[in-house]
Amino acid sequence: MLRQSSLVTAEWVAKNLNNPQVVIVEVDEDTTLYQQGHIEGAITFNWRDDLQDGLIRDLISKEKFEVLLSKSGISNDSTVILYGGNNNWFATYAFWYFKIYGHQDVRILDGGRKRWELDARPFVTSAPARIATRYVAKERDNSIRAFRDEVITAIGKLNLVDVRSPAEFTGELAAPAHLPQEQGQVKGHIPTAKNIPWSKAANEDGTFKSDAELKEIFIGAGVDLATETIAYCRIGERSAFSWFVLHELLGVTKVRNYDGSWTEYGSLVGAPVAVGA
Amino acid sequence: MKTCGATPGGPSLDDLLAKGLDVTTQTIIQGVVLRDGDDGVPNGTPAASAYVRLLDRDGEFTAELPTNLQGEFRFFASPGLWTLVVQAPGARIEQQVTAVQGIPTDLVISL
Repeated sequence: MLRQSSLVTAEWVAKNLNNPQVVIVEVDEDTTLYQQGHIEGAITFNWRDDLQDGLIRDLISKEKFEVLLSKSGISNDSTVILYGGNNNWFATYAFWYFKIYGHQDVRILDGGRKRWELDARPFVTSAPARIATRYVAKERDNSIRAFRDEVITAIGKLNLVDVRSPAEFTGELAAPAHLPQEQGQVKGHIPTAKNIPWSKAANEDGTFKSDAELKEIFIGAGVDLATETIAYCRIGERSAFSWFVLHELLGVTKVRNYDGSWTEYGSLVGAPVAVGA
Repeated sequence: MKTCGATPGGPSLDDLLAKGLDVTTQTIIQGVVLRDGDDGVPNGTPAASAYVRLLDRDGEFTAELPTNLQGEFRFFASPGLWTLVVQAPGARIEQQVTAVQGIPTDLVISL
């Protein structure tokens, strides 16, 4: 039931390309790939340019979110389908973001851009013309967002789940390996955090594993899902992926995404850090 | 070697040097993914939008990139043994590499 309300297949998208109720949005940190080709009718949001405040480090304001969605032709009752590269990291970040601002019907294309391409499904290069709307967002729902002081307080008390790669968790790497290893933060992880890489929840083609497999990943790692959980990574997008798994696929209610993540935590003066496995 | 414009051994480091990155501090694994040409000649056209996945010595996911229009990819890893998994429609290839700091590991992968 949860999957039906938050996840769609490539077949479903292919059948709904001309459904006026549906708005397809490709989300990524680098929208170059969108320019090279995207799903027919899809618009694009750039993680940095469209979804980050730009002046201070924060989400865009409610008013700016309303402007973004209005000019994109998204209505309050639209069914928004999000997908992207990077195994849907930024698409699930946008999903979390849409939920922060209270959008009702938003879903993820299972497998994202990668599954679509591996299936050899078609892309187009033309961007659609959409008629502007008057979107009205809700006030931010911070019950699904964690902040730095809450994270420090949570050490040793709540479930802290570090979803980065093992090499980043132990302190061997400072960032995902597609980025240069010159980062401003110290290396390591938040003490008492368990390393459950986001990738454990995904098949090699980028689709999500079954509910039974997903549950076993977290329970098998010793996470008590009845206790509150905070997920984090480097900038909050991979942890949005794992937040999506827990909150949307497994129906865990007490889970938050710490979008400040390691780029914030690893820069805090005096904050405790652990290294190694 | 017939490469149809692709650079054997992966992308030039010029873009990194232009950004002021000290390449000697980096452990780079890079390369180019090529499809066999229609005439059967190896190293044919660049395989754009193939997916290259980097796994650590324990087989755990570390990073993934789609190849660019020239079929190229580049990772910044740490010294040691890594596995690359290349996926494209109808193709999947695994290759092990040993990376060292300061000297890019250049690969040519044919699908």
